[in-house]
Amino acid sequence: MNGPHDMGGMQCYGAVEREENEPLFHADWEARALAITVASGFCGQWNIDISRHARETLPPEFYLTKSYYQIWIAGLEKLLQQYGMAMPDEIATGQVQTAGLNTAKRMNAENMPAALAKGAPVDRKIDGSPQFMQGETVHTRNLNPSGHCRLPRYARDKTGVILTVQGAHVFPDTNANEKGESPQWLYSVGFQSTELFGEAADERDMVMVDCWEPYLEKFR
Amino acid sequence: MSDQNKSHDHSEWSDMERKVKTLESLMIEKGYVDPAALDVIIETYQHKVGPKNGAAVVAKAWSDPAYLERLREDAGAAIAELGFSGRQGEHMKIIENDDQTHNMVVCTLCSCYPWSVLGLPPVWYKSAAYRSRAVIEPREVLKEFGVELEPEKKICVWDSTAEMRYLVIPQRPDGVGDWSEVELATLVTRDSMIGTGYALSPQEAQS
Repeated sequence: MNGPHDMGGMQCYGAVEREENEPLFHADWEARALAITVASGFCGQWNIDISRHARETLPPEFYLTKSYYQIWIAGLEKLLQQYGMAMPDEIATGQVQTAGLNTAKRMNAENMPAALAKGAPVDRKIDGSPQFMQGETVHTRNLNPSGHCRLPRYARDKTGVILTVQGAHVFPDTNANEKGESPQWLYSVGFQSTELFGEAADERDMVMVDCWEPYLEKFR
Repeated sequence: MSDQNKSHDHSEWSDMERKVKTLESLMIEKGYVDPAALDVIIETYQHKVGPKNGAAVVAKAWSDPAYLERLREDAGAAIAELGFSGRQGEHMKIIENDDQTHNMVVCTLCSCYPWSVLGLPPVWYKSAAYRSRAVIEPREVLKEFGVELEPEKKICVWDSTAEMRYLVIPQRPDGVGDWSEVELATLVTRDSMIGTGYALSPQEAQS
C-alpha cells in the first residue's frame, strides 16, 4: 500500500534534529511500551511483517505526527483487537471482560533472555536457484499492491545491479497478509542515485536496496 | 513521526502514561505477558545491549585482520564470538568505509536498526527528516551531522528494507598505533557505526 511510511526521497520534513545526550527513553511509559510490544510478539498470534503493516496502515495524520512509541502502542492496540486478544472496551478501561485467548503463548522471565538473544531468523531453505546473478543488471517492477510491500516507491521501475545474493528469506508481502512465509531469494541491489533521483543527484553516489526476487525482472 | 521532545504537551504525555499502564495491566491480567519478563526486556536494552557492543566489534576489526576477514565472511558469526546476537541482528553484514567510499544506513520504510550491536535507535534515526532525505540528499544530511565529506568520496546509502542489518565499520583514525582494543573502542561512536559520523580522533576523545 502506498502509505505515509514510504518516506524515501521526500524533502518536506526539514533538517534532521538531534538531541545531545539523548536518553534511551524520554518517559517511563516509553520503556513499558517497548516491553509490552516485544513481549506480546511472543504470544505467537502475529509476525513482524503483520506488526509493521499494522503500524503503517494507521491513519496518515496519526502516523505523521505521533512519536515512535505512540505509533507502537496504537499498532499493538490494533493487533490485540484484530486477533481477538482484547475488546475495545477492555483496552479503554483495563477491565477484563472476556477470558484471554487460550492459544496465546506467554514468554516468562526465565526464558526471555535466551529468546531475545536468539531473535527470529528469517532465512529459509528453498528449492531451486536464484534467477539473477551477482553483477547482473536488473529492473525493479512497478508494483503498487494494496497490501504490505517492502519495495520503496523511489526504487520502483528502476534499473540497478545485483551486488549480492543474500539467500532465501521470508517474503513480507505474503507473510504480512497471513498468506504464509513463501520464502524468496533476496538480493542486495545497487542503484545509481541519478537513476533514482535524476540529474540533481550526485552521479558518484549509490543507494542499496534489499529486494526479494518477485520485485525484480530481467533488464531488457 | 514528529520530534517527540517539543511537540507533545504535558497532557498528551500523561495520557500516554495512563494508556500504557492500562494496557500493560490488561495484558498481565489476561495472561499474555509475564510482568517479570517485561522488566527483563527493559533491563536488557538499558544495560546489556547498546553501542558499546558495536564499538567492541569495530575495535577488534581494526586490530585483528583475521577477525575482520571473519566479519566479511559471516558477520553474524563473528559478532557472536564477542557474545552479541539476537533480535534485530539476526542477519548482519558489515560495510567498510575507506578513502573512496562513505557508507551510511537508513530505513526509509520504518526504523530497522541493528539492535544487537547498537541497541535501540535514537529519535533522529526514526524521524521523517532522516528517513526521507538520507537517500535523496545524503551529502546535505551529513552536513547537518557536522560531516563535510572529502570531495573525492562517493556515498553509498543502505536502505534496510529487509531483515539484513548493516553495521558500518568506520575508518580507523590516525595516531593510534599501539592502542589496545579497549582503548580503540572509546573512539567508536554510535553515529560512526550508522555512517552519520566519523570515529573520534585521539584528540577529540580527550577533550
